Amino acid sequence: MADRVATAVVWSTALLVTGVFVWLLGSVAWAGVGQLSFAFLTEPPRNAGRAGGIAPMLVSTGLLLAVCLGVSLPIGLGAAVLLAEFTSPRNLFGRFVRRSLDVLAGVPSIVFGLFGNAFFCIYLGMGFSILSGGLTLACMVLPILIRSTEAGFRSVPDEDRTAAAALGLSRTTTLLRLLLPAAMPGLIAGLMLGTGRAVAETAALIFTSGYVDRMPSSLMDSGRSLSIHIYDLSMNVAGGDANASATALVLILVLLLINASTAQIMDGWLRRRLIAI
Amino acid sequence: MLLIIVFLVLESIPALRRVGVARFFTDDSWHPATDASQGEFNVLPMLIGTLSATAGAVTVATPLAVCSALFCHFYAPRRMAHAYRRLIELLAGIPSVVYGFWGLVVLVPLIANWHPPGASLLAGIAILTVMVLPTIAMMADAALANVPREYLRAAAALGLSRWGTVRGVVLPAARSGLLTGVILGTGRAIGETMAILMVCGNVVKIPHSVFDPVRTLTSNIALEMAYAMGDHRSALFVSGLLLMLIIVGLVAAAELVSKGRVDG
Repeated sequence: MADRVATAVVWSTALLVTGVFVWLLGSVAWAGVGQLSFAFLTEPPRNAGRAGGIAPMLVSTGLLLAVCLGVSLPIGLGAAVLLAEFTSPRNLFGRFVRRSLDVLAGVPSIVFGLFGNAFFCIYLGMGFSILSGGLTLACMVLPILIRSTEAGFRSVPDEDRTAAAALGLSRTTTLLRLLLPAAMPGLIAGLMLGTGRAVAETAALIFTSGYVDRMPSSLMDSGRSLSIHIYDLSMNVAGGDANASATALVLILVLLLINASTAQIMDGWLRRRLIAI
Repeated sequence: MLLIIVFLVLESIPALRRVGVARFFTDDSWHPATDASQGEFNVLPMLIGTLSATAGAVTVATPLAVCSALFCHFYAPRRMAHAYRRLIELLAGIPSVVYGFWGLVVLVPLIANWHPPGASLLAGIAILTVMVLPTIAMMADAALANVPREYLRAAAALGLSRWGTVRGVVLPAARSGLLTGVILGTGRAIGETMAILMVCGNVVKIPHSVFDPVRTLTSNIALEMAYAMGDHRSALFVSGLLLMLIIVGLVAAAELVSKGRVDG
C-alpha cells in the first residue's frame, strides 16, 4: 500500500515539474513569438523599447561576453594548472585558494555587482562601461572555470605524467601536449557553465555596465545587456511586455545555441583527436 | 577573493563606524540618509524577508526535488529518465530575469485574483521554489547515483518493496549528499536578486502573512544602489557584507556535511 502511494507521489511530482516547465516556456514563447522577426534582431529600440528591436543589446551582450571570456580564460587556465599540477592536494596554500573559490562560487551576484561598482567603476575609474561590466562578470565566472578545469587536470592518471617524464619531456611540453588535451572536456564544461551564467546575469551588471540602450561605440561605452533589457521593459516601461517576452525568448535561444554548439565542438574535437592518435 | 572582501569591508566601514552595528537591528525603520545621524538603518525587515522567502522556497522545493531525483533513478523508464534529466538541466539554465518576468506576468496576476495585492512573499516563494528545485534535484541525483550498487542488491535480496528500498536504504545512504544539495539550494535562494525583485512588491516592512509584500536584502541593494550616496551607499555595502557572511557560513556547513562529520 505504502509502495503504491509512494509511486503515485513520485510520478505526480515529475508530472508537476514538467508541467511548470512547459507552462513557463510556453507562456514566454507564446507571448514572444509574434514579435520575433529578422527586423527585431537588427533594429534599434524605439519608444523606450516598446517598439523596434534589440540590436544594440545583442551587440552589448556579445561584447560583455567577449571581455569576460578574454579575461577569465587565461587567468582561469593558469590558476587551474597551478592548483592541479604545481601544488599538492595537501598544500596549505592550495587548500586555502580552493576553499575561497568555493565560497566565491556561492556569493550572490549582486555582491559581485557591488564590488565591481566600487572597484572597477570608481576605484579604477572606468565608469559605467562594458569593460567594467565584463570584468565583473569575469570575477563571477572565474571560480566555476578554475574548479572544473582543475577537475579536468586531476582526472589525468598519474601514469601519464610519469610516462612523459620517462620520455624526457620537459614540463612545458608535458603540459601542452599531454595534460591540456586531456583536461579539455573539463575546461569546456566550465566554459559552458560560465558563459551561461554570464549571459544570464542581470544583477551584477546594472551598476557596472549601465543602462543605456544606444549601440555601444567602444568598450568604454555603457551598454545594456539582453537580460537588463528584459528587466527594464517589464518593470519600468508600461506596455513593454510583448517585447520583453520576445527578448526573453531570444535570450533562451542564445543559451540553448551556446550549449548545443559547445557539445558539437567537443564531439568533433574528440573525434579528431582520436583519429590523430 | 581577498580583494572583494577588502573592498566590501572598506566601503562598509564608514557606515559601521557612524551608525554602529546595533542600529542596523534596533532602529525604528529603514529610512537611510546620506548623513548617518539623520537616517534610520534597520535592516531587520529585509533580513526577515530574505530568510522567510528562502525558508519557504527550500521547504517546498526539497521534497519535490528529492522526488524528482528518485523518479530518475528508480521509477522512470530509462528513456524518460534521460529526458527528465535534460529538462531539469534546462530549467537550471534559464536566466533569473526570465523567471522574474514570468512571475511578474503570470504568477502575480494569478495571486492578485485570489488575494490582492499579488506581488507578495507567496509569489517570491513560488518563483524561488522553481529556481532552486533544479539545483537541489541535480545534487540529489548525483547523491543517489553514489549509493553503492551492493546496497540495492542486498535490499532486493531481502525482498524489500521499491518504497521500502528507497526509504530504508537509499535515502539514509544518500543523506549527506542530499543535505549538501539543500544547503547549496539555500545559498542560491538567498543570493537571488532579480526574480525576487520583480515579484515581491518591495515594501520595507516585516511581513505578517504570505500575502504581504516584502523586500529582501538583495533587492534592497539593487533598488537603492542607483541613487545612494555617502553613508547610505556604505550601508548597502554592509548588507552586501552580511549576505557574504551568510554564504560563507553555508559553504562551511556544506563542507562539514559532505565530509560526513555531521550526521544530517
